[in-house]
Amino acid sequence: MLTGTGPAREAALARLHEILVRIARAEVGRRGPRLQIAGPELDDLAYQAAADALIAITAKLGQFRGESRFTTWAYKFVIFEVSAKIGRHFWRHPDVRLDAGDWNRLPARFGSDPAQEAEWRDLLAALRRAVDEELTARQRMIFVAIVLNDVPLDAPVIELASNRNTIYKNIVRRPA
Amino acid sequence: MDGRPELDRFLRTDPRDVGCAQAMEMLHVYAELAAAGGPAEQRYPGIAAHLRACGPCGEDFDGLLAALREQEP
Repeated sequence: MLTGTGPAREAALARLHEILVRIARAEVGRRGPRLQIAGPELDDLAYQAAADALIAITAKLGQFRGESRFTTWAYKFVIFEVSAKIGRHFWRHPDVRLDAGDWNRLPARFGSDPAQEAEWRDLLAALRRAVDEELTARQRMIFVAIVLNDVPLDAPVIELASNRNTIYKNIVRRPA
Repeated sequence: MDGRPELDRFLRTDPRDVGCAQAMEMLHVYAELAAAGGPAEQRYPGIAAHLRACGPCGEDFDGLLAALREQEP
């Protein structure tokens, strides 16, 4: 139906869009409590994600190889679009900065006990030294954003016009 | 709890980790198998390793899994 023409295709696209909106709304609702986004803005984000996912799906129909149900393949696109939209939204938030890092937040992120403060101070000093001296400027910028400032990985992806895989490899040095 | 195991886990990488691109390419297949209770981790250990290590990809997997479970009768 989606590969055809005329009213049948239009109807199939409308039905798919309806499903994508439902999945996108559920997904932004699932992620919503952890984001600084709520209400109509969250709904707008879901609609934008569904619309862009529909475009991506129709453009890539020929790539569907039947390894899963079609709907599962299609849902993947809308989930990706929700991630991208959240990353973009996060980036526009005025509190987000790539160049400012707060090392003091790191122990809390890893669930440290305040009683171990002295030990953590030593560990953090060593880690900070390694970040300052061993990483390239680009790796350092990404490390600070994601690890220290808790910026979603998709935000630097957008800011640096990169992709998630490249940013991930900047953070995680995989063995050869 | 001193958080060292969490930090250590963060700094280490699993050599089987396939990276974001490959994991996302196969995410629909992996998630459908996982949603059906199949041996997704055993069949795709490289993807499983990646989803454990990469927060954003893990989040996408959780979202897709939730969508599939919502569809179940």
